[in-house]
Amino acid sequence: MATTANSRGAIQPAGIGATSGAGDAPVAASIAALITDAPVPHPTLPKTFAAMMAREFRVLGRNAPSTFIRAVMQPLLFAFVFAYVLPKIGSGFSAGAGASAAGFNFATILVPGLMGSMFLMQGMFGTTMPLVMEFSWQRTIEDRALAPVPIRVLAIQKITAGAIQAFIGAAIVFPVVYWVHAPGQGPHIHVTNWFLLVLVMVAASALTASLGLWLGTVVDPRKIQMVFAVILLPLTMLGCVYYPWSALHAIRWLQIVVLVNPMVYMTEGLRAALTPSLGHMPLWAILVALIGGTAVFGSLAVRTFQNRVVN
Amino acid sequence: MTARPTGDGSSAGPAAIKTEGLRKTYKSSRGDVEAVRGIDLDIPQGEFFGLLGPNGAGKSTTIGMLTTLVAPTGGRAWVAGHDVVKDPVAVKRRIGVVTQNNTLDMQLTVQENLEFRSRFFGLSLGTASKRAAQLIDAFGLSDRRKAMADQLSGGQARRLMIARALVHQPDVLFLDEPTAGLDPQTRVNLWDILKVLHQQGQSILLTTHYMEEAEALCDRIAVVDHGKMLAEGSLDKLLADSGAQTVVTVRYAEPVPDGLAERTGLAQRPGVTKVEAEGDQLRVFSGDPEGLLGDLVSIGAANGLRVRDASEARPSLETAFLALTGREYRE
Repeated sequence: MATTANSRGAIQPAGIGATSGAGDAPVAASIAALITDAPVPHPTLPKTFAAMMAREFRVLGRNAPSTFIRAVMQPLLFAFVFAYVLPKIGSGFSAGAGASAAGFNFATILVPGLMGSMFLMQGMFGTTMPLVMEFSWQRTIEDRALAPVPIRVLAIQKITAGAIQAFIGAAIVFPVVYWVHAPGQGPHIHVTNWFLLVLVMVAASALTASLGLWLGTVVDPRKIQMVFAVILLPLTMLGCVYYPWSALHAIRWLQIVVLVNPMVYMTEGLRAALTPSLGHMPLWAILVALIGGTAVFGSLAVRTFQNRVVN
Repeated sequence: MTARPTGDGSSAGPAAIKTEGLRKTYKSSRGDVEAVRGIDLDIPQGEFFGLLGPNGAGKSTTIGMLTTLVAPTGGRAWVAGHDVVKDPVAVKRRIGVVTQNNTLDMQLTVQENLEFRSRFFGLSLGTASKRAAQLIDAFGLSDRRKAMADQLSGGQARRLMIARALVHQPDVLFLDEPTAGLDPQTRVNLWDILKVLHQQGQSILLTTHYMEEAEALCDRIAVVDHGKMLAEGSLDKLLADSGAQTVVTVRYAEPVPDGLAERTGLAQRPGVTKVEAEGDQLRVFSGDPEGLLGDLVSIGAANGLRVRDASEARPSLETAFLALTGREYRE
């Protein structure tokens, strides 16, 4: 190693010597060994990316109980109220006119909607909330930003991690609605096209995580609660969760307005995959919106993320 | 220029840090803020270099640019031979950074902080945990191995941050105010660690607003204020160049009349290089302070000025700073 004579030795304040005397020689030796006896790193982009994902799963695993409760509460309560309580107290409450007329119970309509709202909740929780912490005054984001990869890779990694959480969150809906319903009120679901189901679920996960990263980087962390009130709530309530999009023809203006809501395409896409006989938006429109939306919001998010990290 | 420094003692490699007219202006709606206004550095490998200046002098912004997290608005900079703007990834591979704020991963334990950082830098699972164990032992964190990062004391957190910056054997170690907010004992312990690292040839750039820290550790020091470098060199050179001498300051009960120094022959006294009168205060810079204080008292008495307070500062970075800026050092 290159060594430089320590010319400052002469002017060290008194008292330093007292702590760096012979008694601390082993400490000094072990510190020195950190440099002389160090492994040689060979970082590559895939290795760093994989290590970052491993870190996400370590944290998720550690928080598994709370993560699980967070993920299961919403579908559990939804299924309990809509597929158990309402059918029990009277069918007038339990189903939209369209569904009743078509002979479907509400649980069947609810499954795609519930999954759609889970995508949004989990995907945004998985990306937006950590960002709020990482961009707060301590800027812990700098920890990961100093990893030897371009910042955009870090952004993509965050979208990936959020998307995986969204996927798992939405998939939890299946067992919940299968178990929780009044007798005879279980959902009638039959997947005819597994490829379509997986495609829609993956695209919906990626879209919500991209949206989450974008919002997390453009919104002032102190105003993040506003995001939930002003964005998450309207997207969910007007995301065709409780009724299919086609049923909105009765309110034509609303049917058109909700087309800007990405959640509409998630729920409609799931209807296409899970309950195709119930009717849904044209498949091409759904896929264009989900995949195109991911591309648009994903690249937007990568850019805003870069601007927030490197200032 | 892109050759990786060998770190084996050959001096042929690129400079650890080199900058040319490095600038950063923050745009804001309330007017632009010029945080760094043209900084030139040339720091060879193996050097312990200090950026000394008061808070808000532009030190952290400079470190931010050198560590790729702040985009320069002018000039150029290279770390270990790599351009910080054109090839930030190559720079990040070769640097270890200890930021001023606590950027530990609070969701992970002490050991995991080190393991995952090692893995970010491409070490295998097994090598990463061995390296983590080695760092934990060397930095005296053995009994906190399983503690979550947010349960550490200030000194422990700082040690862990330094340990984390060393996982991948960086060519250049950046330390932004590493001892700010630490108690004196913890600070001295950290100094000892940094000295050992330096003796092993580790190139280090440290920023500090503590003069004694720069004096105790650094081979060379650059004094910065308001985004500019005021002086640069070894401590001895800084003291000589700044004309830093003993500064005798006397505060009188009455305002100092104009032209007092000239009238009384004080300015012509042997060794005196500068006399500053400011309000009721008289400040004399001299290379030969013997008897100066007494003279100031008698000059005052002869001119109807009663002495309130008097002090004498021997040559130090503090007097150098005073001579460079004409201002008291503000920490």
